[in-house]
Amino acid sequence: MSRAQTRTAPTIQLSRILAWVAFALVMLVTLFPVYWVLRTSLSDHKEIYVQTAVIWPVGFTLDNFKRVLGMFTAEQSVAMGGTATGINFWLYLRNSFVVSTFLVAGQTFFSAMAAYAFARLRFPGRDQIFFLYLTAMMIPGVVTLIPNFILIRDLKWLDTFQGIMAPGFLMTPFTVFFLRQFFLGINHELEEAATLDGANIPTIFWRVALPLSIPALSTLAILQFIATWNDYLWPFLVGKKEAVRVLTVALAIFQSQTPQGAPDWGGLMAGTALSLVPTLVIFLVFGRRAVNAIQFTGFR
Amino acid sequence: MTTHRQPRLAARREALYAWAFVAPSLIGFLVFFAVPSVRGLLMSFTDWDLLRPAKFVGVANYVRLFGDADFRHALKVTAYYVLMNIPIQTMLALGLAVMMDKFSKSTVIRGILVLPWLLPNIVVALIWLWLLDPTMGFLNQIIMGLGFQRQPFLGSIDQAMPTIAAINIWRHAGYTAILIYAGLQTIPKELYEAAAIDGANERQMFFGITIPLLRPVLVFVLVTTIIGSFQIFDTIAITTKGGPVDATRVVYWYIYEYAFVRFKMGYATTISVALFAILITITFIQMRYFNANSSDLD
Repeated sequence: MSRAQTRTAPTIQLSRILAWVAFALVMLVTLFPVYWVLRTSLSDHKEIYVQTAVIWPVGFTLDNFKRVLGMFTAEQSVAMGGTATGINFWLYLRNSFVVSTFLVAGQTFFSAMAAYAFARLRFPGRDQIFFLYLTAMMIPGVVTLIPNFILIRDLKWLDTFQGIMAPGFLMTPFTVFFLRQFFLGINHELEEAATLDGANIPTIFWRVALPLSIPALSTLAILQFIATWNDYLWPFLVGKKEAVRVLTVALAIFQSQTPQGAPDWGGLMAGTALSLVPTLVIFLVFGRRAVNAIQFTGFR
Repeated sequence: MTTHRQPRLAARREALYAWAFVAPSLIGFLVFFAVPSVRGLLMSFTDWDLLRPAKFVGVANYVRLFGDADFRHALKVTAYYVLMNIPIQTMLALGLAVMMDKFSKSTVIRGILVLPWLLPNIVVALIWLWLLDPTMGFLNQIIMGLGFQRQPFLGSIDQAMPTIAAINIWRHAGYTAILIYAGLQTIPKELYEAAAIDGANERQMFFGITIPLLRPVLVFVLVTTIIGSFQIFDTIAITTKGGPVDATRVVYWYIYEYAFVRFKMGYATTISVALFAILITITFIQMRYFNANSSDLD
């Protein structure tokens, strides 16, 4: 029995129509800015500033993409309203991929190991350490940001991939917590059977527990991948140099380089569009799982 | 004898393996979470420009902080932002969640709603900077098309902060709606049926059942979004850089300036410790006030 059925027919109709109008409006407001990125990036760089009210790409072209992917010379680029400094989004895409992939791989694996121990094994200090991790979940990033920057600087890891990846590579309190909750929820029986068969703890973890947790691990990895991909301030502080520059940092630098008064919106939106590709792909492939995971993580 | 020793040996082995399993995460925790937290606190009692050795100055930084008009301004601007961001965002999210619960459980709608939250802050800021451009932005074309004056948005002292709040509402409302929607799914439907039989109307059910039972979720959502909101940075770094005329110079931006533009690490950490203290206090008050841990379902 739904609540709606207890009401009279005409009001149901009206409220339903109003609700769908509202949904449609919200969808429009949500999706339009993303469309505008595409529209601008596919438009001619001069027309963008003239035909400001046209919904469709004006003077359809792929030049903006070619430009930010470094397929034109500096002179050509300047002639097209861009900057002379080399902009190579292939490199930034690669850097973002390297950082996000390795960071999330390490983070997920080491967090899973710790989470398994917290969920399944008995050892002195277990509850105390776990409590410390929980406490750390409440400390905002701003507190550790400056000391971590100084640590990376002292290690001479500025402008290196390891410098960008280090703070989250071995764990985050949240990933350990998330996976511990998961391990607590799965059935012991297979693990107990393996113990009776004489398997030791690493074997059980590797052969039994991990294969069972692939859905949870991949969901967490997807969310953390997106979070890492989106991160800005940390990679900006420790990895400005071109060789390790990730996409978000590249976009911010690109924006600050554009000549005053006439930002290179064609190029900027092309770069933006490129930075959205992985998120959109992940989103289309794992949409349902991602939405459910977000719902779940909300209740950490 | 053997029956006694066997389990103890096994227990010791288990503990050894457990420590080996926890060790990598513990190293990561100590090096990048625990020690930096303590170090940050210690640094707040020093004067340090990264070039010369840090000089211990006692509570001088904290004394200075209390008399710092710029810090008070930063706090005021941040609070203004939070007050514009959170209520509207939460109301919108609550409305959307209730609508989804009633009319559509479609994953597609939820997926689209959460999309802005999956985009980088930097990207969201860039997109809106372009859409809101005072002369060429698409929104101003619509505004003028409707016969109104074009708006400066991020370029004006009065509009910059509300605009940044609006941008972040765009990014977070859908995500928040999904969290509240998930909370709505936990409310037993029989309660509504019973209330309907007793003759309760839609409004009475909303305020009598939905809101009270949603309280733990709403408190969670408020606590996390308020904490996040106080740490607004990326959007400002792209759009206004604290301007125009300090109108958007929020606390996090102020910390950033001290640490990475002026290289005053001691005072910068003092401000971040203060921000942390403020966040803890707000969270504590919220938990207390809303009695977050107990659900009315019990």
